[in-house]
Amino acid sequence: MSQRLPKGGRLIDRSTEMSFTFNGQTLHGYAGDTLASALLANDRMMVGRSFKYHRPRGVVASGAEEPNALINMGQGSRFEPNQRATTTELFSGLTARSQNHWPSLDFDVGAVNAHLSRFLPAGFYYKMFIHPRSFWKHVYEPFIRQSAGLGQAPTERDADTYEHFYAFADVLVIGGGIAGLEAARAAGASGAKVLVLEQTAHWGGRAPVDGGHVGGRPVEDYIDSLVAELQAMENVTLRSRCMGAGVYDHGYVLGYERLNDHRPGQDGPRHRLWRIRAKQIVTATGAIERPLSFAGNDVPGVMLASAMRDYVVNWGVTPGQRVVVATNNDDAYRTAIALKKAGVDVLRILDARETGGGALMNTARDMGIRIDCGRGIGKVTGGKRVKKVQICAQAGAGGALEEIACDAVAMSGGWSPVVHLWSHCGGKLLWDGDQAHFRPDPSRAPTGADGKPFVTVAGSANGHLGLDAILPDAGEAGRVAAQAAGFKPKRAAAVAVDPTTEAPMEPVWMMPAQARPALRAKAWLDYQNDVKVSDVRLAAQEGYESVEHTKRYTTLGMATDQGKLSNINGLATLADALGEAIPNVGTTTFRPPYTPISMGSIGGEARGAVFQPVRETPMYGWHDSHGADWEPVGQWRRPYAYVRPGETTHDAVMREVRNVREGVGMLDASTLGKIVVKGPDAGRFLDMLYTNMMSTLKPGKCRYGLMCSENGFLIDDGVVARIDEDTFLCHTTTGGADRIHAHMEEWLQTEWWDWQVYTANMTEQYAQIAVVGPKARVLLEKLGGMDLSKESLAFMEWRDGKIGSFDARVYRISFSGELSYEIAVPASQGQAFWDALMQAGADLGVMPYGTEALHILRAEKGFIMIGDETDGTVIPQDLGLNWAISKKKTDYLGKRAQSRDHMTDPTRWKLVGLETVDGSVIPDGAYAVAEGTNANGQRNTQGRVTSTYHSPTLGKGIAMGLVLNGPDRMGEVIDFPGTDGTVYKAKIVDPVFYDKDGEKQNV
Amino acid sequence: MFDLQSALANARFDGIAQIRELGLQGMITLRGDVAAPVLKKAATAASGTAMPGQRKAVFSDTGGMAWMSPDELLILCPYAEVTDRLEALTDALAGTHALAVNVSDARAVFEVSGPHAREVVAKLCPVDLSPQAFSPGDFRRTRMAQVAAAIWADDDQTLRIICFRSVARYVFGVLSVAAQKGSEVGYFQAG
Repeated sequence: MSQRLPKGGRLIDRSTEMSFTFNGQTLHGYAGDTLASALLANDRMMVGRSFKYHRPRGVVASGAEEPNALINMGQGSRFEPNQRATTTELFSGLTARSQNHWPSLDFDVGAVNAHLSRFLPAGFYYKMFIHPRSFWKHVYEPFIRQSAGLGQAPTERDADTYEHFYAFADVLVIGGGIAGLEAARAAGASGAKVLVLEQTAHWGGRAPVDGGHVGGRPVEDYIDSLVAELQAMENVTLRSRCMGAGVYDHGYVLGYERLNDHRPGQDGPRHRLWRIRAKQIVTATGAIERPLSFAGNDVPGVMLASAMRDYVVNWGVTPGQRVVVATNNDDAYRTAIALKKAGVDVLRILDARETGGGALMNTARDMGIRIDCGRGIGKVTGGKRVKKVQICAQAGAGGALEEIACDAVAMSGGWSPVVHLWSHCGGKLLWDGDQAHFRPDPSRAPTGADGKPFVTVAGSANGHLGLDAILPDAGEAGRVAAQAAGFKPKRAAAVAVDPTTEAPMEPVWMMPAQARPALRAKAWLDYQNDVKVSDVRLAAQEGYESVEHTKRYTTLGMATDQGKLSNINGLATLADALGEAIPNVGTTTFRPPYTPISMGSIGGEARGAVFQPVRETPMYGWHDSHGADWEPVGQWRRPYAYVRPGETTHDAVMREVRNVREGVGMLDASTLGKIVVKGPDAGRFLDMLYTNMMSTLKPGKCRYGLMCSENGFLIDDGVVARIDEDTFLCHTTTGGADRIHAHMEEWLQTEWWDWQVYTANMTEQYAQIAVVGPKARVLLEKLGGMDLSKESLAFMEWRDGKIGSFDARVYRISFSGELSYEIAVPASQGQAFWDALMQAGADLGVMPYGTEALHILRAEKGFIMIGDETDGTVIPQDLGLNWAISKKKTDYLGKRAQSRDHMTDPTRWKLVGLETVDGSVIPDGAYAVAEGTNANGQRNTQGRVTSTYHSPTLGKGIAMGLVLNGPDRMGEVIDFPGTDGTVYKAKIVDPVFYDKDGEKQNV
Repeated sequence: MFDLQSALANARFDGIAQIRELGLQGMITLRGDVAAPVLKKAATAASGTAMPGQRKAVFSDTGGMAWMSPDELLILCPYAEVTDRLEALTDALAGTHALAVNVSDARAVFEVSGPHAREVVAKLCPVDLSPQAFSPGDFRRTRMAQVAAAIWADDDQTLRIICFRSVARYVFGVLSVAAQKGSEVGYFQAG
């Protein structure tokens, strides 16, 4: 059984007990435990089930590489699935549930899949789900949904907050193990600003567990003094619980800091995403031990040798009482020695090497541990935990030489440097045959904009597995990075380190080497996704040669651990099956993040009220407290209508329209774009931007204009006012302000850079209020000030002056067909001006109106709306706007495009008015149907509705639409089938429904 | 008469830093050839300061001037003086191709102060805000979360931010989130 040892555990505090629950049962651990160490201390060997076969799964590793121990963490608003128990720090009150099983962890119906494994081979999904098509919905999908696993989705809103932080550093060191710390010191000594990220809560990595001496002192002491030295350096920052998640172009790095995962509910954000710009990066990311591929290597109790040592040394926990160690290298002897020292029985070390190991083997033997060389594990038996091990000759086919009862197996297949962060941005790898691993190729580092390397690798991440090689390598990496960042590194004095006396490792990709098919079919490569040696061999047999294809076909390395344990073993297996050398098969692509990061951290502060910016006009608060039914227009919020108590929104809209036509209404038009264009070439510039002539406009006058893209399509419209000889003010649509300003700047900066024109976007400088209706002038005159008579300010003119005491620029323009003044005042005067108008107009029945009333008013007049009558495919000629297209100008943006064949095609649908025969309202977006069907069997069409409303003025449904030969078909009735089964019959009419001669706006 | 209203009426938030909306600030956007003597003369007269260098701002007791782009300056002055200063500036630039407009009402101004002011802003703006890299006299046009912003440092512990008026509530909101209790970062060393 796994249990807490009576002594030891460098990271735990035995005086602080913590209780937590696992699958509802209360258990106890100590401060400093991980959830994994605490579960093992409570004899929870089995912590979950695998994804495909629902096989029992136990903790196999002790860190970020863990594929098995994934749990549903927390509850309610702090619930999160797929959390790794090995990197989850224990806290009092932690609640965890296991995953991938039904109805319970111990008894799982889905485990029957394992018995069907013969029918669930590699590429099962590809092979199975092709035929027959009808099975998709009723058989395959329910099957996949039920058996597809991992954690549950959260059901409540996340209670926590998240944030980003933009940091800049000269040298960023990723990894706070001994190599990272040593590199940081070397870089820091040069004066460079150094930031060190460590994913765990502790410094020093695994060096304190593995032991050794530096400068005559235990390595743990050396690390403590290193940390103290770095903490004292002003130019060095150390951040623990902060993982280097990804390395990107130009020295951009994401750091994932877990602030409150170990103390939920505390003040402050749960996670912080560091968005780092570093001149140079040192990856000191360590190495990960590889499993050995033997039958039954997935039974709970089979663990990486290094992880088992971690549990003993760091947390005072032993995964078993009688342990067998299987290895192909010397390092696993450290585990045997640590176990033995802790009082655990080590029954046997099975060393696959015929000649065994070096000095460590002798130490182990001296401690009384039996060592069998040239031996391996033929098979591990046991369901939910290890029961027995069959010992065989490594060179053989798996014939059992002996069987011993045990309760845990430590395995070591050698070490693979963590090359992920080196590789993220293009760093290349070398195959190191001696160590049987890929390590970074220093001559092919990721390069920056200057073509020079910006990533250096240090320590075991660089393939150095002994302290005596790691320390000098890390110091050198720190100096190289500092120098590349523009600093002058200092030579460091060499320290004495224990020399490495290990015997060479020997690659073992299958144990035993000639394992029978039955054994290969039980030898797991990918624990989480259930990929076995036999699956990879099958893929090779079926013709898969590329490692990338094999990965996708077998799902090897595609689980949430991204194959940290399985990739190298998998590609070695593939290489063997293909008869290729391992480097020729190559690796799959390493992509960020290194381990999954929370979606919350990616979103940062952007949630709730600040999910995205909402733009407010100066009168926003007034609208909000007066019944505004909000409509988003770009990032603005505009009142759709002001709904009074007892009214529906539709009622309010009808009332607002009638009030404008009969009395006076007020519209907050502040959102309309206002761009000042000034310079000797301003007129010439606007002549190019608008389809009509603007340069002939006289100061004091306004003109409506259309803007098209280079391709001739309408992109915006609005009224231009000429302020003085050199200055124009261009109104744009609400959504068009920023876009059209950028459009202007683009043309000025890229094509017409020698034209003397400056622009400024003045949209937000003004609160703009439209006072509209037959009583508009009466209302404004009540406030006093400038002369607003027809004689002084005629239709399509503007004047500066005072209305009351407000600084006003008044435009006599109308988007409703009524007498209308649009008055711009400085934004800070907007609310006061609005209040003054409301007060002065009270006895005139003044009312605010919203965007829907605005739409109906303009539709009654046949005025187009960008975004309704246009959709990016419509040209002004389609809309009967030829009057606004200058024939005199030699050029304007879109002119040439509008002469193309397709643009001059007489069958282009053209704008008309539509009046329903029975007064009803045609549904928005309805199509007019024509006789016959097209090649797809769909009804032919001859037009579509672009705007449709109930007009309270006319008392019937009116619409605008684009119809084939529309203007030539006045009076014809065409059919618009609705989605409700009704066919709406509408007569084609002139689009101007109201006051065709424009008498009302020109009074 | 009537009350002038700034975007957020001096709203405040106290967290790991203090956030204040500062009310109306006079601002003039000036575009032109910033190397031309006539423009320099007019601009420095309007601001009461020297010309700022690239990514810099200069201040006097009653005004300031910030470098916005190779052909754009921002002149700061008391709100009540902006009309007169703009008029004088426009007169001084008569016959010169330049654009000078009053943008005081188009903007909101915030102050973020306290020992953690820099890190609060560094949570939202992709700018190196360490005291070594950004000190009084520096000026950045940048992005604050999802909107445009400009930043300068009054002193080591006080930053000022200009944004568009319509997004003042959003900017106040993201600054308040970034200044929430318990969110100290502790990355910047004293300058």
